[in-house]
Amino acid sequence: MANASIIQFNNVTKQYDNDPPVLDNVSFEIERGKFYTLLGPSGCGKTTILRLIAGFMEPSKGEIFFNGKKINQIPANKRQVNTVFQDYALFPHLNVFENVAFGLRIKKLKNADIQAKVKEALSFVNLSGYENREIREMSGGQRQRVAIARAIVNEPEVILLDEPLSALDLKLRTEMQYELRELQRRLGITFIFVTHDQEEALAMSDEIFVINKGTIQQSGTPTDIYDEPINRFVADFIGESNIVSGKMKKDYLVEFVGREFDCVDMGFNLNEPVEIVIRPEDLEITSLERGKLQVKVDSQLFRGVHYEISCYDKDGNEWLVHSTKKANVGDEIGLYFDPEAIHVMRLGETEEEFDRRLETYADVDRHGK
Amino acid sequence: MENKLTRNLYKIPYLLWILVFVIVPIALVVYYSFFDIEGHFSLGNYRKFFTPVYLQMTVSSFWYAFLITAISLIIAYPTALLLTKTKHKQLWLLLIIVPSWINLLLKAYAFIGIFGTYGAANSFLKVIGIGQQQILFTDFSFVFVSVYIFIPFMILPIFNSLNELNPTLIDAANDLGASKWTTFRRVIFPLTIDGVKSGCQVTFIPALSLFMLTRLIAGNRVITLGTAIEQHFLVTQDWGMGSTIAVFLIIIMVLIMVLTNTKKRGV
Repeated sequence: MANASIIQFNNVTKQYDNDPPVLDNVSFEIERGKFYTLLGPSGCGKTTILRLIAGFMEPSKGEIFFNGKKINQIPANKRQVNTVFQDYALFPHLNVFENVAFGLRIKKLKNADIQAKVKEALSFVNLSGYENREIREMSGGQRQRVAIARAIVNEPEVILLDEPLSALDLKLRTEMQYELRELQRRLGITFIFVTHDQEEALAMSDEIFVINKGTIQQSGTPTDIYDEPINRFVADFIGESNIVSGKMKKDYLVEFVGREFDCVDMGFNLNEPVEIVIRPEDLEITSLERGKLQVKVDSQLFRGVHYEISCYDKDGNEWLVHSTKKANVGDEIGLYFDPEAIHVMRLGETEEEFDRRLETYADVDRHGK
Repeated sequence: MENKLTRNLYKIPYLLWILVFVIVPIALVVYYSFFDIEGHFSLGNYRKFFTPVYLQMTVSSFWYAFLITAISLIIAYPTALLLTKTKHKQLWLLLIIVPSWINLLLKAYAFIGIFGTYGAANSFLKVIGIGQQQILFTDFSFVFVSVYIFIPFMILPIFNSLNELNPTLIDAANDLGASKWTTFRRVIFPLTIDGVKSGCQVTFIPALSLFMLTRLIAGNRVITLGTAIEQHFLVTQDWGMGSTIAVFLIIIMVLIMVLTNTKKRGV
């Protein structure tokens, strides 16, 4: 698959003076034609990765490859990538046409070619007819589109998007998520999208890199990351989670909140301490007797598609439930969940070890059949 | 009602200022410009302004003001650009601004000392083997000292507009393939042109009517409209002609303001 790889980071570190590194020994590969998302809280290093790819900064250590060539020293204006900036960075002294044409004019294309390409790029982002508008006359969503058109018109191999939707209101943001995804499929260009919004990441990406404190915590498809978070940070950051500590009694049996439950995880040491994740939507409200857990309803919020119910068990653990059924605050209720709903996380496991363990499950499944 | 009353009260100092220090003086200047030296009403002063003597003076004023502005700009823009990139930019800026707080006359006398026959400049020229030169009372010394005096006023607005420039725009230009020079030409300079314009305004307009420096530093070898006004009011006592020149200066200043003022663009 080396052929499909377009960007490669080998042990890249970025550090300013003696501060703790912004990016700590990061290695990954980006494949051609996919939609990638770098997801993490602010200050985690995701924008640093983007700026390293764009060429606005150089790594302190490590190597960056683009199409197999080392590009550490190559300045931004010589790279085959274009960026859509968070604040769009449109040139206020130029109109829409000239903003989009900026890169083409620098390449000294013929005027007729520029006309044709800008027209095509603007129609790609549904802005045909806006050529002569000034930037200040455009709304936030329209400016966003101009910024995208300005990037795609140069036909780069990779487009970098730095939280481009964060300034838009919710409805427009959802709309733009669809459009961006659609655009990426039509163009077939690699998109690298930076965001701190996990829903955005899950909805749009082929691959997500979850980043925290300068390291990649986990990478994988949205479903992988949502269903099999590697650690507490990922579980907490991607979606809502109930996380409690427990102990793996033996394969397929786990103990937490003082009780033993059947589960589908294996390959742990006997009595290994672990963390348990159960997603709020996997918890079902039922009667006290039928419930695997007995909890008291503490508060309830109506979220539109569901109720968000916060409960406490007698040990004081909080259990968050997403349910279409309403509960009554103060009631004692039972919570039911399937063995598949329990996700067991090993403490301090690296991504490689985690992947290896998941592969042994797959082997067992195959042999079992 | 009380609100309206207080608002009107606030207007009084402003209106009084405008009336006493702007409208009345201009009206007086225009009024005096219609009287000849004997105190008779006439349009002669205006006719006289269009004679070669005064036209040459106007051209010379413009030429020196242009030189001073152009040289100031050439020095100020790179300086301002450099200042915005330094770590303690406000401190460096302050150091450049501070000399402008010192009285102009004092600075002029200081330069007489430096440029004089036995001054520091000539001692230096002697040491490096060029030998003593006439520096004071030349075009060079006049332009040099004027540029020195106007540079802070040129740097300040340019510095401010560079400082306000969104740095992501420079990244964006880079990202789209622009080299450093192209980025400057196509993004940085066009976006700071307002600062350049106001810098040129505050330099060019006062430079048109310099008169103290023309006497002290240029030894009256440089005659500008400012010198002419001073001479008419204080030496020849021809207030009418002095006022006429002043009227033309005012018209020229207003024209420059109008021509260099464009509506502010922004996002």
